[in-house]
Amino acid sequence: MSILVVAEHNNQQLNSATLNAISAATQLGDTIDLIIVGKDCQTVAEQASKVTAVSKVFVADNSCYDYFLAENMAPLIADVAAAYTHILATATTTAKNIMPRVAALLDVQAISDISEIVSQDTFKRPIYAGNLIATVQSIDTVKVLTIRGTSFDPVSSEGGSASIETLDAANDLAVSSFVSDQLAQSDRPELTAANIVISGGRGMASGDNFDLLYRIADKLGAAVGASRAAVDADYAPNDMQVGQTGKIVAPDLYIAVGISGAIQHLAGMKDSKVIVAINKDEEAPIFTVADYGLAADLFAALPELESKLS
Amino acid sequence: MKILVAIKRVVDYNVKVRANADNSDVDLANVKMSMNPFCEIAVEEAVRLKEKGLASEIITVSIGCQKSQEQLRTSLALGADRSILVQTEQPLEPLAVAKCLKAVCDKESPDLILMGKQTIDGDNNQTGQMLASLLGCSQGTFASEVVVEEGKIAVTREIDGGLQTLSLDLPAVVTADLRLNEPRYASLPNIMKSKQKPLATLTLDELGVNASARTKLLGVEPPAQRQAGIMVSDVTQLIDKLKNEAKVIS
Repeated sequence: MSILVVAEHNNQQLNSATLNAISAATQLGDTIDLIIVGKDCQTVAEQASKVTAVSKVFVADNSCYDYFLAENMAPLIADVAAAYTHILATATTTAKNIMPRVAALLDVQAISDISEIVSQDTFKRPIYAGNLIATVQSIDTVKVLTIRGTSFDPVSSEGGSASIETLDAANDLAVSSFVSDQLAQSDRPELTAANIVISGGRGMASGDNFDLLYRIADKLGAAVGASRAAVDADYAPNDMQVGQTGKIVAPDLYIAVGISGAIQHLAGMKDSKVIVAINKDEEAPIFTVADYGLAADLFAALPELESKLS
Repeated sequence: MKILVAIKRVVDYNVKVRANADNSDVDLANVKMSMNPFCEIAVEEAVRLKEKGLASEIITVSIGCQKSQEQLRTSLALGADRSILVQTEQPLEPLAVAKCLKAVCDKESPDLILMGKQTIDGDNNQTGQMLASLLGCSQGTFASEVVVEEGKIAVTREIDGGLQTLSLDLPAVVTADLRLNEPRYASLPNIMKSKQKPLATLTLDELGVNASARTKLLGVEPPAQRQAGIMVSDVTQLIDKLKNEAKVIS
């Protein structure tokens, strides 16, 4: 078995999601290579070469790969992929954008969002918003897979000594171009990488009230999330959404505030180590998954929590 | 601009699905079926573009069983001009669906293909990307805004860190995220009128598509249940538990 992992990065730093994908790859085989596609991304290649379990790092550094346009990246990855049994990436929005495009070029049915590797061709994945887990066997020669990062503990970013090989191929389809981005600027940790996450739901009653969460987050060094109901009500931007249609998180501590606990939200956080729920409705389903439940008015409980945290 | 919208008949989002008795598949007997919510958003976007005078024709396409006609009729009531059903009683995988859509695009030559970013049954989030791949055209996935420009479109995408705007040459495949728009309901007069609109049926053979399965479903099971913990009486007790019992804060 030989596995090609598609690295996630921002041309300067390897994203830790890549370490989860390499971890999943170690369950599939011993030869694990990494491909880095970007522009001016040599430092990423150097970081990647130190990651444990990686044999070889391919780097394709070209202006046509800036902003990670799927149209240009997919043909390159598909070319390299032909020599491997498995192509794998963590299911970030970048990978979700690119991997199916790669799969179609290879005439392969991709398998998305894998939560467990059963064998080299059989995988478990959530379907119906996490209401059910399907076991799926692939009969394609090459498997194109995305994995759920929270289901695979990251490998160490140190201790490896992979060789670096440069790929010269440039595939500029020239059908799409980058215009602008609006990336959330925050000193808080990233939602999917944070050790503590505090999320607000419809019960927060307004976007302004999220300040109550931000103040606690800053005391705990936590990231702030939101339920889909809160996002739909415009209390919080979509990149804060935790759930089946948003981000999947599994921190050491997850604090759900004013969140009823719809299955689509639970699907995004139920693998957290410790779950706290604060909700005034004692019957809210969130309490059935919480390790510690507090049935209380959040507008009283949050300021108290903030003042009592040292 | 000619717009093609791909839609899928799925279990209604309010239904709580279960595995069947032998855990071999999802139990879909006698459950309510509807248009996939992300597909509704895609239809709505097409209708709005037509209302703004930016689209000349909207064609909706579904790949599925005969009853998918119901969802196509709904799309006609919402403002599509005509529909095509690629009828197959076997459930198809995203790659096969993309191949069917590619074949329909080859016949219809749309400028813009709109679809949902994923369906709420399989949650694959693949078909749009695969279609763009097969067409060799641009793609704008997880769209929260679509702006039509001269011979191009600008698509704002929901990505992990925030938003990204791309300029796409036409034809383009755009997949709708939740916040692209809020779909309307079909009015009764429009539902009546939709019955007169054309709905053509094609087969996989007529399209020349090989839709053979590449995966086998070995079983479905409910997710592992998490045990409920304890209720604490107040914030002080909560902090005490988190510090001294769970040891997750210091």
